[in-house]
This record gives sequence, C-alpha cells and structure tokens, in this order.
Amino acid sequence: MIEVKNLVKRFGGFTAVDNVSFTVKNGDIFAFLGPNGAGKTTTIKMLTTLLKPTSGEILINGNDPTKDQDEVRRSFGIVFQDPSLDDELTAYENMQFHGILYGVPKKIREERIEQLMKFVELWDRRNDLVKHFSGGMKRRLEVARGLIHHPKILFLDEPTLGLDPQTRNHLWNYIKNLNKEKGMTVFFTIHYMEEAEKAAKRVAIIDNGKLIAQGMPKELMEITKSASLEDSFLALTGKSIRDESAGPAEFMRMRHRVWHR
Amino acid sequence: MKAIYILWLRQIKRYYRSKSRVVGSLGQPLLFLVALGFGFGPIYQRAGGGNYIQFLAPGVIAMSIIFTAVFMGIEIIWDKQFGFLKETLVAPVSRFKIMIGRTLGGGTVAVLQGIIVFLISLIVGFRPMDLNLLPLAFVFMILIAVLFTAIGTAIASVLEDMQGFQLIMNFLLMPLFFLSGALFPLDGMPEAIVLVASIDPLSYGVDGLRATMVDGAHFGLSVDILVLSVVTAIFVAIGSYLFSKIQI
Repeated sequence: MIEVKNLVKRFGGFTAVDNVSFTVKNGDIFAFLGPNGAGKTTTIKMLTTLLKPTSGEILINGNDPTKDQDEVRRSFGIVFQDPSLDDELTAYENMQFHGILYGVPKKIREERIEQLMKFVELWDRRNDLVKHFSGGMKRRLEVARGLIHHPKILFLDEPTLGLDPQTRNHLWNYIKNLNKEKGMTVFFTIHYMEEAEKAAKRVAIIDNGKLIAQGMPKELMEITKSASLEDSFLALTGKSIRDESAGPAEFMRMRHRVWHR
Repeated sequence: MKAIYILWLRQIKRYYRSKSRVVGSLGQPLLFLVALGFGFGPIYQRAGGGNYIQFLAPGVIAMSIIFTAVFMGIEIIWDKQFGFLKETLVAPVSRFKIMIGRTLGGGTVAVLQGIIVFLISLIVGFRPMDLNLLPLAFVFMILIAVLFTAIGTAIASVLEDMQGFQLIMNFLLMPLFFLSGALFPLDGMPEAIVLVASIDPLSYGVDGLRATMVDGAHFGLSVDILVLSVVTAIFVAIGSYLFSKIQI
C-alpha cells in the first residue's frame, strides 16, 4: 500500500530524511516512531504530496505522489500534528468543505457526514463554531473529516497529543475498528510508546533521518532484550534530549488571539 | 467549479462572522472622509477645486477596498500557520483553483467593504454625478479588489509569518495609496510625482472610480480600464505562480 525506496530530503545542507526505505502492507497498522526532529513529519509530508523528495521513490496505493498527485490525494485521509480546522466555521461546515473539495456527491456526502459525526459523538454540536471546541473534540472532528472520502490509507501525525486517556482510548478503538472492518491501512507517528505498542502491528524507528529498526513491536523488544517498546526505543535511539527548532507558530498563535478579539 | 465555490463561500462566511473586524475596518475610511473631507474642504474650495468630498470619496472607497483585499490575501499566512492551508493543499484540487477561489472570495469581501464605504460617503454628502455610470464604477471596484487580493496572496506565499506585515503596510500599501491621487488631484503636480503616480496601478483604479462617479479623469476612462485589467491579470498570474510554489 505504501512503498518507500531510498527516500532522501535535504533542506540546504541539512539532511532531514536520509536514505529511508520501508513498506506498509495493505491493512497494516504501522507506527513510525522517532525522537523530536528525527524526520517523521517530513516523511509524512512527502508521502502526502506536500513536499517533494530530493531523491528516492514513493508509491502510495500504486501511484507516485510527485506525478499522480490527485490520485494519491484521493487515496488517503490525514490528521495533522497541528489542528487544521477552520475555527470560524461550524463543525458541519468544516466537514462539508472537505467533502466538496474531494468531490463527494451531495447525497452520499450528507449521509457520510451524519454517520461519521454521530460516530465521533459530535452530531449534536454540528452547528457550533469550531473555535468553541476543546482539543479532544477538534481531534475527533479531524479524524471524522479525514474519512469522508473513504480513504484507503489514514495518516495520523501524533493524533493523541494532549488528549485525556478517555479520548485517546475512544479514538484508538475507533481507528482499530476501521482497520479491522474496512481493511483501512493506518500509518501513524506518536510519542507515547505504550500506545504504539498496543495499537501497531508493525513499527519503524527513525533517528537523525535514518531508519534504524523495523519489525513487529515484539521483535524489536526481543532484539534489544527490553520489557517494553519504550525501553527498546530508548535502547535504540539513546537517552539524550533532542532539540527541535521552534517555528514562528507559537508567536502567530498569540497574535491570532489578539487580532480576533 | 464546486471547489472554487466552496473556497469562495468560506471567505464570505468568515467575513460576516467577524463583525468586529467589519466595523473596525470601517473606522479608517470614515475618519478620512470626515477629517480630511471637512478639514481640507474649505481650502480646496478656495483654491478653485470645487467640493472636496466629491473628489475625495472615490479615493477613500478605493482605500477601503485595497486594505481589505490585501488583508484577505495575507490571511493565507494565518492559514499556513494554523494548518488549515494543509487541509486544502492535500485535497485533490489544483493549486490554481485554490488560489482562484480564495482570490474571488477575498475580492468579493473587499468589494462589499467598498460598497459599504460608498453608502457611508453618501451620508457624509457625496453625490455621484451619473447613476448610469455606477455599474462601470462597480467594475473598477472588482478589478481593484481582485488585483490587491492577488498582491496579498503573492506576498503571503513568500512570507513565513506576520512579522513582515508592518513592512508591507508602510513600504508598499501606504505609498501605493498616497501616490495614487486618491487624496489630491494629479493635474498640476510636479512631474516627478505624476511619473510615480503613473506607474502606480492604483492610480488607474482611483482615476477610473472618479471618472465614473464624479467626472474628471486624469488618464481617461479607456486607459484606466485597459491598464488596470492588464496589471490585474499579471498579478493574478504572479500570485498563482508563487502560491503553487508554497511548501509547508
């Protein structure tokens, strides 16, 4: 379903993704793990047509994201690391916007939106502006939104960041169900190793842009002789703390709030 | 087509929902009309220029349009930072369509803003000379709005954050506005100023509005519409090119 061969991305002199290869099979739940700044988000951006690779090959559902962009885009849904909803629109309008952009016909679109919003328990709040939603509600809405066009692959970039255990649990049950019933392939990144251990069928670990290990969670634990995925992760990537350069995003958020009062 | 429509609709919805912004953005044009209009009115009259409000109103309408339009274009930076742009960029819609939808949406909002200022200017005492020419004035408003939304889009595609916004206001937008002949007649100005004004695309927009609303064009109506259309087309092309190059 996802094939990556010798993928490289350089920004100036800095190599963010360095010769990475892996395969995700149809119906897999694949965890892409790594410390801050390891190259996870950059890889996802290349898989989802947002960034062009410096070199290497990618096939998403048999299509090349650099050539058949629209084919690739139709085949996946994505939940980004940062919220990507329009705060000034209602929950329903956000869903509708997505459905129309993806060319889902009106009748089917309305059915699916209702079904999905009921599933993530937001149907009663459909006419509320998203800016009044909590972080967990926004996440649930984003997951629902990513599924309107019935994607074959679901990308999740740290989907449970900042959510309470209840919401996390709910979200994972839902995603695992989708995987089981619809055979949807799931590709996710995460920092909580227990969640990766519980949810993922296969795991790949990336550090400093290089893929350093992949296999089933159990296999990785055996190789490193660890009791948990977290221990084997630390054994593989070391214990030093990574710095990620902070973007202007925080500053913008502050400004945004001031401007919109 | 539906994709362009929904992108357009989003801009309109955001506009009428941010009422504080609508009201806030009317403050400046109102101040210009009242303070400059009544303040310089008597002097302008004594100098033989006639009624200054008649002269000023089209310029202030143009001002409200360009500021709203550039701001609508610049909003892309916010969408970039807050992630919503990613949602549109991973959708199976070409960047060109996204840019067109946004530009039309931003342009529509700017024109609405211009119409509101036009109505306010009527209250202050502005009287259009020939009602038959108002549709043509409307065309000028649309061209100015689309042009400056495209300029905003082009700038936003290159900028990373809003830090540079002040720079653009002071070194691009303000000069374009002040040198466009919106506040003073270009006839009889020093040649240097007339020269600068003649390369400022907004001059043709202001001139066109004035020609259709109160008479007395500096460049002439056909020159105005020709130059403005060509420049608008160029900037829509530049805007779409730069927008298509955004990587996030």
